[in-house]
Amino acid sequence: MNKFIKAAYAGLVYIFLYLPLVVMAAYSFNASKYSLSWKGFTFKWYGILLSNTALLDAAIHSLTIAITSATVACLIGTLAAFMLQQYRFKGRKAVFGSLFIMMMTPDIVIGISLLVMFLAAGMALGFWTLLMAHVTLCVPFVAATVYSRFRGFDNSIIEAAKDLGASEYQVFRHIVLPMAMPGLIAGWLLSFTLSLDDVIISFFTTGPTYEVLPLRIYSMVRLGIKPDVNALSVLMIIITVVAVTMSRRLLKEKK
Amino acid sequence: MKDSLIFRRLVISGILGWIALFGAIPVLLLTGVSFLQRHPSDLIEAVFSMESYARLSDPAIGSMLFKSIMMATMATLLCLLIGYPFAYIVARANKCHARTMLLFVMIPFWTNTLIRTYALVAVLKADGFLNTALIFLGIIDAPLKIMYTQTAVFIGLIYTLLPFMVLPLYAAIEKLDHRLLEASRDLGASRWTTFKKITIPLTMPGIVSGCMLVFLPALGMFYIPDILGGARTMFLGNFVRDQFLIARDLPMGAASSIAMTSLMGIMLLIYYRNLRRSGRTVRL
Repeated sequence: MNKFIKAAYAGLVYIFLYLPLVVMAAYSFNASKYSLSWKGFTFKWYGILLSNTALLDAAIHSLTIAITSATVACLIGTLAAFMLQQYRFKGRKAVFGSLFIMMMTPDIVIGISLLVMFLAAGMALGFWTLLMAHVTLCVPFVAATVYSRFRGFDNSIIEAAKDLGASEYQVFRHIVLPMAMPGLIAGWLLSFTLSLDDVIISFFTTGPTYEVLPLRIYSMVRLGIKPDVNALSVLMIIITVVAVTMSRRLLKEKK
Repeated sequence: MKDSLIFRRLVISGILGWIALFGAIPVLLLTGVSFLQRHPSDLIEAVFSMESYARLSDPAIGSMLFKSIMMATMATLLCLLIGYPFAYIVARANKCHARTMLLFVMIPFWTNTLIRTYALVAVLKADGFLNTALIFLGIIDAPLKIMYTQTAVFIGLIYTLLPFMVLPLYAAIEKLDHRLLEASRDLGASRWTTFKKITIPLTMPGIVSGCMLVFLPALGMFYIPDILGGARTMFLGNFVRDQFLIARDLPMGAASSIAMTSLMGIMLLIYYRNLRRSGRTVRL
């Protein structure tokens, strides 16, 4: 009986989480444009997506930003994690603190504070400002992922390498980096999804010259339900699912 | 040896510089702007003023703030209420099941929240899935008006943010040492006492981070009231956005968001202070 209640409760929560997504996915294959009623199966809306150049441009922009910002964030985040693990210096605690605060800061505050900085610096909003903003969003998460990977490290390997005459850079390049690789890839995928999912920070830090997908969807969605948006959403969910399962597998394998 | 020193110095100064440039300076600038005055053509005027903070107590703005905080608090509590038993069930399921169950929480967690909000429209609208199903089952005669009300915003917040509550709770409950619970029961404590005195305090870090992950976005996500609440619902996130992009009153937008984050910061600080005093260690 107890077991039954537990299963029923978990089931209800999953229905709550998935029902809207399933309904949306079903609509994306529905031939009827407006009503709820089923008018037959169609791939029409996916076809319409492919001919919508504004949307495709935004999708390419989104992917470009996600890939670039994830790569840059991985570089900075890994160095930050390496520094926190290896070096003892003044302000180390402050670095932990600020990374934690940056991770917890609401998106809207990150967005507007960067916007104020870009305005103060007289920068035009577009690709570069958006890239910097997304890197800022992702670095703390990469640092945390890679750092947690470092915690299980056997430090004697690094000491041995140093005794044998390896420079700090060589230690980083040939020992730390390969050992941190699974964490690094997981961090990359995490950043990729973070960047692709972000609406609020992009909203404030990009301009009309560089529109990204979530913002494009946002302006379409405000006008109500549209079957081609359904189709697009389904595609984005699929990309997310692939990235998530890949990063989970990577983190699990090396445990 | 010299090479090593250079590399080390380069890394440390590089990272510290990066944190200063993208972590500290923007927030300092934002704080600075909140103490300036707006200027009709140049956006801001370099005159010190507390006016924006004073205006936070205007009846109109004050009631908007109160409404936003109430809405976010209620959404957080309800997420906790729904999420805790669920996370407990997942954490106590056998390993193989738990992994699959967790994956199906991760997927909505990582799916774009805007898309999930949009997906909710098809369920909640007047001729949407929910109304059609309820009428079909004969539970109601006329469609419920949920879409474009505060209820829709409330449902939207819980729907999008529930996974953000469940994951930290799961991580905390999973680490819970089962032997402590058994010991407590063996020593004669009731189920409820054990839960209150052992389970809740030990999973407190998960509860706190889950609540933070729900409460803060609930205040800031302006697109949920926009899409589900219709044009007239104004919450903190929409207010801040409008100050920046429509009213062009940067000091006001800055002041309201800073007031909100400092409130949260103070609450967190008190929590961690108390935690340290009670002798438990926290891992950030």
